[in-house]
Amino acid sequence: MADVTATGGTITYREAVAEGIAREMRRDPTVVCLGEDIGAAEGVFKTTVGLFKEFGPRRVWDTPISEQAIVGAAMGAAMTGIRPVAEIMFSDFLACCWDYLANEIPKVRYMTGGQVTVPLVVRTANGGGLGFGAQHSQAVENWALAVPGLKVVAPSTPADVIGLMAASIRSDDPVVFFEHKGLFASKGPAAPEGHVVPLGAAAVVRPGADVTLVALASTVPVALRAAETVAAEGIDAEVVDLRCLVPLDMHTVLDSVGRTSRLVIVEENPYQGGWGATVASIVADEGFESLDAPVRRVAAACVPLPFADSLEQVVLPTADKVAAEVRRLAAY
Amino acid sequence: MRPQDMAFPTYREHGVLYCRGIDPIMPLGLFRGVDQGGWDPIEMKFAMYTIVIGAQTLHATGYAMGIAMDGKVGTEDGEAVIAYFGDGASSQGDVNEAFVWSSVFHAPVVFFCQNNQYAISEPLERQTRVPLYQRAHGFGFPGVRVDGNDVLASYAVTRAALDQARVGQGPTLIEAYTYRMGAHTTSDDPTRYRIASEVEAWQAKDPILRVRRFLEQQGLADQSFFGEVDEQARVEAVKLRERVLELPDPAPVTMFDHVFPNGSPEIDEEREQFTAYLSSFAGEVH
Repeated sequence: MADVTATGGTITYREAVAEGIAREMRRDPTVVCLGEDIGAAEGVFKTTVGLFKEFGPRRVWDTPISEQAIVGAAMGAAMTGIRPVAEIMFSDFLACCWDYLANEIPKVRYMTGGQVTVPLVVRTANGGGLGFGAQHSQAVENWALAVPGLKVVAPSTPADVIGLMAASIRSDDPVVFFEHKGLFASKGPAAPEGHVVPLGAAAVVRPGADVTLVALASTVPVALRAAETVAAEGIDAEVVDLRCLVPLDMHTVLDSVGRTSRLVIVEENPYQGGWGATVASIVADEGFESLDAPVRRVAAACVPLPFADSLEQVVLPTADKVAAEVRRLAAY
Repeated sequence: MRPQDMAFPTYREHGVLYCRGIDPIMPLGLFRGVDQGGWDPIEMKFAMYTIVIGAQTLHATGYAMGIAMDGKVGTEDGEAVIAYFGDGASSQGDVNEAFVWSSVFHAPVVFFCQNNQYAISEPLERQTRVPLYQRAHGFGFPGVRVDGNDVLASYAVTRAALDQARVGQGPTLIEAYTYRMGAHTTSDDPTRYRIASEVEAWQAKDPILRVRRFLEQQGLADQSFFGEVDEQARVEAVKLRERVLELPDPAPVTMFDHVFPNGSPEIDEEREQFTAYLSSFAGEVH
């Protein structure tokens, strides 16, 4: 495992995933990991490097290729009092175990009158930008957002991966933890020992006065690049990293819009039914008087993600597309 | 089942529920739609009724892996898990995944398939071309068929399989061969898809009648005993019926309870708004 505990060091997003899990496994002997190829192979995305070596087969379960079983067994295991961290290799495959994620896990608490909790995390590699085609590239946080009873986490930086992983594993709620494939190679400051980022606390990652950009995971760097572009033109954009969709920190968003009076939402999922629609509807409801311009959503086109690199960039939000919307709103 | 064993039922396992000491009013509260059942699955060692067909087999497998990890398996006093399901569920992908997993992880779980030969209208021939118990062989663990209308045989086979599991011998599939005497639901009309003579043949194999005849022939019980049991059942049923009719409707605001273990700001806000909305009717009957 990379030495990422040294202060002042940098760490990749990919290393942060393994580090975040390892810290919790050291802290809490009831945490176990399960999934395909997460043990000796250390994960197809190398996001579980070192775990098998350190914790062994008793706590790192290499499983058959059966998504329903990974998530369904995680639920049963959680009922015994352990905290399973289950990996679904690609978030697209959440569709293969949707019964467990939509019908079983989020309803256990409710349907037992509060008597059974299943404190588990389903981690999954999410999103596009790597040319993996229509069935291995989708950003599907909005699928999980549609199911009451699930918490939805999607970090954008290595330190947040560690801090939010800690909060997710310690949470008694079932959490779907989206790790963005396009961010795995990105680097950032290492998180200090004991670093925990509470679920449902958005971060203002770039303060600004003219336009608010709300982003999540991969769209955070996109929004930041767009903000740099328009800054050169005299437009001061604020960027809010939501970090979680459930709980959704609308206080930070409404506070920002209260100061800027303009809002652009940048989301990777297709426009139809995207998470930005929820953010926009709450701002329309509770922040209407703050607004001096229409709310704009920069989302993916409503098509399956194309295989071709050039087309993928046409479908997905880019800094240029975001900058164009920011200019339009600033001039409104 | 021993006290430490865990059961994962279908939504029809009322007999097992009763044997686990759960008040039968609890599932009736669920079916009446006034609550979600209410028993504590962990304390009673009897999981919630699983509505989606077959899903409980994977919950059971994961639970079995969990207790194995905790070192609660491998001795005469070890723990074991039993998952109940039907012949229809045997066609579900997750049930087959549970077979794979329990096999390769050597999980202490007993799969109890109550093969009553009909999944609503679909006959057994639509689920399988081999006897269901034989499937276990392909997954690498023993399968056994038992006469599901023979109470003592079913008990003996279940006990042996659970004991195998608890000492660390891995999973077993039990196929309890029986017949669904009634309709699947109140909206189902079985005369559309099966013939009366088939039903009559199975009526003659009534398991309750059989155990009664057995006890009589062995001289283990007499007429007064059965009279007492019948009367006890009658009184119990009348009492239960009265209790069902008296079940109160839940307060509307309780719909927000228990969505998340530690609450959630969004749900709290919704509850607050809904409470304010409700109180706007203050004084009115609603």
